[in-house]
Amino acid sequence: MTQRPALANVPVVSLDEITKTFPGVKALDQVKLDLYPGQVTALVGENGAGKSTTVKILTGIYQPNGGTIRINGEPVTLNTPDDASAAGITAIHQETVLFDELSVAENIYIGHAPRTRWGLIDRAEMHRAARLLLDEIGAPLSTSAQLRDLGIASKHLVAIARALSVDARVVIMDEPTAALSHKEIEELYELVEKLKSQGKAILFISHKFDEIFRIADRYTVFRDGAFVGDGRIADIDEDGLVKMMVGRSVDHIFPERDPVVGEDVLQVVGYEHPTEFADIGFTLKRGEILGFYGLVGAGRSEFMQSLFGITKPSKGVTKINGKIRIIRSPADAVGNGIVYVPEDRGKQGAVIGLPIFQNITLPSLGRTSRSGFLQLAEEFKLARQYAERLDLRAASLDQDVGNLSGGNQQKVVIAKWLATQPQVIILDEPTKGIDIGSKAAVHEFMVELASQGLSVIMVSSEIPEVIGMSDRVIVMRDGRIAAEVSGDDLTPETLVRHAAGITAAPQPQEA
Amino acid sequence: MTDTASQRYIPNRLHSRAHRTIRSWEALLLAVAIAIFIVNSFASPYFLNAWNLSDATFNFTEKAMIAFAMAMLIIAGEIDLSVASIIALASTAMGLALQYGAGTPELVVIGLTVGLLCGAFNAVFVTVLGLPSIVVTIGTMSLFRGISYIILGDDAFRGYPASFSWFGQGYIYWVFTVEMLLFVIIAVVYGVVLHKTNFGRAVYAIGNNPTGALFSGIRVQRVKFILFLLTGLMSGVAAVCLTSRLGSTRPSIATGMELEVVTMVVLGGVNILGGSGSIPGVVIAAFVMGLVTFGLGLLNVPGIVMSIFIGLLLIGVIALPRLWTMAVRRRKA
Amino acid sequence: MPFKLIPMRETILAGAIVVLLALIASRFPGFVAPSNLANVFNDTAPLIILALGQMVVILTRCIDLSVAANLALSGMAVAMLNVAMPGLPIPIIIAIAVMLGAAMGAINGILVWKLSIPPIVVTLGTMTIFRGIIFLISDGKWVNSHEMSAAFTGFSRTEILGLPVLSWIAIATIAVFGVMMSRTPLGRSVFAVGGNPHAAVYTGINVGKTQFLAFVISGALAGLTGYLWVARYAVAYVDIAGGFELEVVAACVIGGISIAGGVGSVGGAVLGAIFLGVVKNALPVVNISPFWQLAISGSAILIAVAFNAKGGGKKGRIILKTAEVSS
Repeated sequence: MTQRPALANVPVVSLDEITKTFPGVKALDQVKLDLYPGQVTALVGENGAGKSTTVKILTGIYQPNGGTIRINGEPVTLNTPDDASAAGITAIHQETVLFDELSVAENIYIGHAPRTRWGLIDRAEMHRAARLLLDEIGAPLSTSAQLRDLGIASKHLVAIARALSVDARVVIMDEPTAALSHKEIEELYELVEKLKSQGKAILFISHKFDEIFRIADRYTVFRDGAFVGDGRIADIDEDGLVKMMVGRSVDHIFPERDPVVGEDVLQVVGYEHPTEFADIGFTLKRGEILGFYGLVGAGRSEFMQSLFGITKPSKGVTKINGKIRIIRSPADAVGNGIVYVPEDRGKQGAVIGLPIFQNITLPSLGRTSRSGFLQLAEEFKLARQYAERLDLRAASLDQDVGNLSGGNQQKVVIAKWLATQPQVIILDEPTKGIDIGSKAAVHEFMVELASQGLSVIMVSSEIPEVIGMSDRVIVMRDGRIAAEVSGDDLTPETLVRHAAGITAAPQPQEA
Repeated sequence: MTDTASQRYIPNRLHSRAHRTIRSWEALLLAVAIAIFIVNSFASPYFLNAWNLSDATFNFTEKAMIAFAMAMLIIAGEIDLSVASIIALASTAMGLALQYGAGTPELVVIGLTVGLLCGAFNAVFVTVLGLPSIVVTIGTMSLFRGISYIILGDDAFRGYPASFSWFGQGYIYWVFTVEMLLFVIIAVVYGVVLHKTNFGRAVYAIGNNPTGALFSGIRVQRVKFILFLLTGLMSGVAAVCLTSRLGSTRPSIATGMELEVVTMVVLGGVNILGGSGSIPGVVIAAFVMGLVTFGLGLLNVPGIVMSIFIGLLLIGVIALPRLWTMAVRRRKA
Repeated sequence: MPFKLIPMRETILAGAIVVLLALIASRFPGFVAPSNLANVFNDTAPLIILALGQMVVILTRCIDLSVAANLALSGMAVAMLNVAMPGLPIPIIIAIAVMLGAAMGAINGILVWKLSIPPIVVTLGTMTIFRGIIFLISDGKWVNSHEMSAAFTGFSRTEILGLPVLSWIAIATIAVFGVMMSRTPLGRSVFAVGGNPHAAVYTGINVGKTQFLAFVISGALAGLTGYLWVARYAVAYVDIAGGFELEVVAACVIGGISIAGGVGSVGGAVLGAIFLGVVKNALPVVNISPFWQLAISGSAILIAVAFNAKGGGKKGRIILKTAEVSS
């Protein structure tokens, strides 16, 4: 199976038959993973495949129940994060997890700062060494700047400098590009090349195929906590990788639909915010699916949350069915038939800790109750109606939403809003981080809703999804509307061009 | 993912009501209460006496009135440490009004109004300015009692009218006191509001996930505002009862009561971090604390030593289940 | 290297103290005489020491409400020890007080670390337990000055270079904390744990253990202050320093230490304590009833917390190019 590359034939780190169980769940079942020096290995799998558990085992946060971890062929145990860092394994996490109150140099050296004879932290030496590291990766940052004052991309650089400071042999990058702009991603790729040339082994975790094919040398695929296969990226194509991930060939076909578009439902005029967006105006028709495309950080979610009454715009008028409506809070928005399915499901979407049925009826309590008093039977009836409509998978309606999978949590959030019988539903990255099966279900459901006369706004960063689902697409860039695209113009090239602000033909970055 | 085509039936609940009740914190607590009751009846011949038991209820009725409101506040993820100081200020205001010739109805109205105003004051800082309630109420705890000290200094207000003493000293029937009646009424009202109304549901939603609740169209700040008002109002009620029972107002009145109230709430199974808890739990916790205090009192244990038991109870009831789970997990591993 | 020695918050607080002193001095110049200021500092020394301990605890996202009870119990224990063994040298007495305090802090710390019980619940419980134990060991009796040895009560009043030992101990504590918080791995870990506990785990910092150590530090200082308090006032009984824990928390809040953890400084805690000390000592001088003190410190907490929250208020994301002025 494993083809030994000529460059380096001994893995620095290898996981062999690693098993990790939690009460009632087998998170990893005898998986294997080899990381070679000077190479980028992409760990690929759907959510729940066991990627983050693997990272936690490699960094000493979790201890496996079975199997062997080998470093340069020697079996080791990583009981604490300290053991992992002593073994030269370091991780850069999804949302660059560092310390806002500490300086750049301290962030790089926390846990292993140079000491003076007296055992105190040697500040001068720490700043000098930090300077060298930052220069090495070409980061123009002051070592004494407070991390709080830096942007997300600079924080990434600090995290990478930290990885270098421990003289890591293995660098784990867990969705490093999730919050970065296009330009910042390019810079990250350069850094990855640099790390490779220094002989570091890199474990790269990403959901984005273009990224994987751009920078990875090898891949390892997990599915449902089990090892599926590995090999060299050069020997596989996108289709093959997807097949391994989902265990079947998926030609993701977006549902067909005949848009029957009616009268204007929502009119947004001149929405403005001091720092987040400006000059946003559009019209949404009954039964329409309107896509919002843009790079991460283009201000789409910020605008949607303002429309939903979370943040206050400095200017702007919302008209619903031609009448001006004042929306100062989500409660006002819901009252006017506008609902929002947020991107951050765990925090903003579901109320984890409450049972499924209470999540679904939360905004509809006015209808299920009698003069302010709860009617549990009515609640169960309403919850069941929408749970069944969305094909929810759960042990009971009384189960805590926190115990559901991401896809099923998303279904609960959507069910919650449909139960309010809205006119406009805003879906913010509705299929992010959910498995392919649920993804298709959500897409089909969106079409069904639109055909029943609901107007849908879909914010998405996935070009195939935007093109496959939308009747019309608004592209945002730097907080403003860059373009409105529909019909034959709706191609990946136009979207990317408008989103990135390139007038000439775009570089082919999207497969 | 093999059975995507068939819709499985999802039951409403997996466990019956009886099953859930038996396994609840409240059931455990009730067992503790009964055990203490039995131990006490054997330990002292004076325990099983209707009048003694009736007297014993004064240890917890006033605290429990506040504890019900506090329970809702803590379930919603906030806390009010200023309640005892609100009592002091409300009581001082009543005493002041008394100097200007206020009668019993006016005194009660003033006590309750000051309680409400103090609650509103806390609420503005927490909900309008968005400050952490623990710090705000540590501040108002000093401020409210501080105002009482400014007004009264070393003095005390005395001479409350005889009719006013009804609230804290009166009996409805036989051994049943006015305070007991108030306790029962307030317990029922809060139980219904928390467990049977939309408002109560909103409280739980906010406590579990304030952002998620806001994004679900709940007016989070308004609910919290009302909860602070209610806690202030209940402190006002307690102030009327306590002042009536003592017959005088000193600025040091009810010192440290906030801690006993919080203890009662936590003992009642309310998660100090918010999101869960029940009014029946707090009711039983009130009885447990009352029984412990009363039983030890009969054995001539001084009050300060009783506080050791209360402290151990507070830590013990949270620590023991956790130790148990740890032990079980260790044995399995 | 543009290292910010005195951050913004502390400067404003120091300014407020100076203005306060100037106001008092305009009417009562005697108050700002060096000897009186030294007295004010000496009087505030216990609060400063405890505020520093509390600061470490709050920085790790915890709170220690048991400090005053810990102080009282340690104080009573060493007072009784002094009565029983009058010949015991003071350094040993101090060592015992510190160890007793640290042990009580360790109890809090273990419960928070190993059983994950919320710190407010733990210390609320231990606060009443510690007070109760004082009654048990003392039988509710007072230890009065005539029962204590001269060395016991005299030590903290001995003057060195014009300042009593009590003041010197506070100064030494400030110095030790200044170095500890900025220059030792533990000090920096405390900020890391409070600022981002999730990330701290990944950098090899044990969050629970750091919190445990914070409680031990706070407890040890409470034990030390226990001896100093009892020696200074030459009396020990159940209720000494009753409610003092709130004053300690108040000093921290006024000093800009965020109750949410991770934000604060040694200078802030010290200035917060000094602010309260100045107010307390100035009241009788300016002829305001000392009964005003409680209300003033309550108002100071509210103003400080409102002020600090505004300073660190959340700003929207800067997306618009035109709005990109700063950062």
